[in-house]
Amino acid sequence: MESFIEFFSFTNPNVRYVTLGCILLSVSSAVVGSFTFLKKRALVGDAVAHSVLPGVCLAFILSGTKNPVYLIIGAFITAWISLLFIDLVTKRSKIKEDTAISITLSVFFGLGIMLLTMIQHSGNASQSGLDSFLFGKAAALIGTDLYVFGGVAFILLFVVGLFFKEFTLIAFDTHFAQVIGLPVKRIEFVLTTLTVLAVVVGIQAVGVVLMAAMLITPPAAARFWTDSLRKMLVIAACLGAFAGLSGAYISYIAPSMPTGPWIVMVISFIAVLSFLLAPQKGILFKWLKQRKIRQTILEENILKAFFLLGEREKNFYQTLGIERILEKRHFPLGALKKTLPILRFQGYLKKVGNEWQLTQAGFHKGQRVVKLHRLWELYLTEYLHIAPDHVHDDAETIEHIISPEIEKQLEKKLNYPTLDPHQSEIPYR
Amino acid sequence: MIQHVENPVLEIHDLTVTYNKKPVLWGIDLTLPAGSLVGIIGPNGAGKSTLIKSVMGLVPSGSGYVRVFDKTLDESRGRISYVPQRESVDWDFPASALDIVLMGRYGKLGLFKRPRKADYEVAEDCLRKVGMEGFKNRQISQLSGGQQQRVFLARALAQEADLYFMDEPFAGVDASTEKAIIQLLREMTQKGKTVIVVHHDLQSATKYFNWIILLNMRLVASGPVETAFTEALLQETYGGKLTLLSDVSDLVQKNQFPSREK
Ligand SMILES: Nc1ncnc2c1ncn2[C@@H]1O[C@H](COP(=O)(O)OP(=O)(O)O)[C@@H](O)[C@H]1O
Ligand SMILES: [Mg+2]
Repeated sequence: MESFIEFFSFTNPNVRYVTLGCILLSVSSAVVGSFTFLKKRALVGDAVAHSVLPGVCLAFILSGTKNPVYLIIGAFITAWISLLFIDLVTKRSKIKEDTAISITLSVFFGLGIMLLTMIQHSGNASQSGLDSFLFGKAAALIGTDLYVFGGVAFILLFVVGLFFKEFTLIAFDTHFAQVIGLPVKRIEFVLTTLTVLAVVVGIQAVGVVLMAAMLITPPAAARFWTDSLRKMLVIAACLGAFAGLSGAYISYIAPSMPTGPWIVMVISFIAVLSFLLAPQKGILFKWLKQRKIRQTILEENILKAFFLLGEREKNFYQTLGIERILEKRHFPLGALKKTLPILRFQGYLKKVGNEWQLTQAGFHKGQRVVKLHRLWELYLTEYLHIAPDHVHDDAETIEHIISPEIEKQLEKKLNYPTLDPHQSEIPYR
Repeated sequence: MIQHVENPVLEIHDLTVTYNKKPVLWGIDLTLPAGSLVGIIGPNGAGKSTLIKSVMGLVPSGSGYVRVFDKTLDESRGRISYVPQRESVDWDFPASALDIVLMGRYGKLGLFKRPRKADYEVAEDCLRKVGMEGFKNRQISQLSGGQQQRVFLARALAQEADLYFMDEPFAGVDASTEKAIIQLLREMTQKGKTVIVVHHDLQSATKYFNWIILLNMRLVASGPVETAFTEALLQETYGGKLTLLSDVSDLVQKNQFPSREK
């Protein structure tokens, strides 16, 4: 708790730098990565991230310093070469794009590792820390570095804001963008440049190996929570910021913990949570919905059984025991025993002694299901020309789905029929 | 049977298109009159989509040129509108129907500018024209295939262009919507706009269009529906006579020949 307050008071300038740096890096890569994600270019993002390494090493060898400006320029150049290389291989050979991407990634990364090893063995005193580009070293984010990266992050966000409309259109429908005369090639150049910049900046925190996760995971998680692109960008940025903050905090309270990998772990954890819990698209939501549908079907089927028994005995309000219900239709006993009280609670059934009786509302509901069943059977035989002995099973499911609007259409289309294909009467209210 | 016209809205001159050196369209040469409702008809893989894509510069042409309103393509961009095949985009994209229709305004807006109130009004009006006003805020993946098609159509209308290219706009659309759309297209052509539609169904072709282009790797016919839509020409388009042409195409690709001597 003490360290919590100590951390979040941000009195320690080092904590300030590292935290701010992590947040900036995570946010800018999340926002730029959103378009990479929407364009389904995640793999290319990964290749670009790895291709940055030889550029950084070369810049160091040539300049002899770790000045971030030189390193960014170097990274930029090899990242672009890798992109052109992927393009060239895909266009000029029979090699498919995924293969071209993998080849590029391995070749450039291999080259980078080679150069890195050379530097480490050269005995250059200022080389220490260069290997942090592999896995990142957010704790090294201090002073002037932070100004450079902060500036880059700001430029990234600003340019995305400026090109928002164009990036969106190109991500959705490139051909259309071309037809209306947008300079698609140049806009894609801008977007790719932003991606490369985001990578160059982001690897300070998480390193080349984990960089793709910083680009793709926040938007992938955010996509679960919204159907609006603007909101998706904002959510992705917030998730990125949260992950950046958490990573900085974790490595603060446990100094042996690496910041970058923790940022990636946190954002991945959020992505998994989103996958499980998000409304509409999440697994849990879908599961609950399925369960609810099954329950509704069960309830309606029970009321239908009451109605059908009543129809047979010409007494809809007779009381029925569980055995009588089960005679009419097989229900799992446990589910039936659980659902009968629920139906009473909802006001569709009454309990009389040990037996059950329809209420008026229950009668109407059972009647409607039977009506829909018979209407649908009639529709199938009349409009789809399906044999009358084949329509029952279809109607068993459809009867629970039909909305009041479709019900009206059906009645009208069939001209308020009185008998279904099996000559049973269609009950109207 | 290829009929040329004076002052065409669209002139395609000796156009050849190749994919990876494989020619898929050979020497297309045609002109279209203004205000016509044109149907491009041909079997699967005949190159119908390729033809309109190359006219709009989406696939590079091997040789030949295209002139629109007697100008180059780039000079006429603002007057051209396009409805791509529905499957060409990912409908899971985070956008609403209105967002998509607004994209039709981007050409007029230019770079960096946000859609203005007037653009929103045009977009909503176009949604109304295709009977989709009730769905403007619906996420596009939750629309049915026919509704998605109508959103694409509305986006094209929002461009307020003079020449429309539509790639199978009736695919997956129900009969009553198809009728409503064709009525809309007729009204547009009556106002002097030209609409070019890739169409699949031979039955309805004569009813819908007043100009027909029959295509199967090469141009079989281009002319008013009475003269171009004949038994013999259809036979030529759909019959098996063209296997030789596609064999030669394959040969050209295999040997990496240029399709024309430069
Ligand atoms: N991007 C592409 N790359 C290679 N071949 C293509 C490509 N698009 C289309 N083709 C080929 O070109 C021919 C014409 O295709 P297309 O224009 O889509 O036909 P249609 O629209 O008439 O069905 C087909 O043989 C198809 O396989
Ligand atoms: Mg096609």
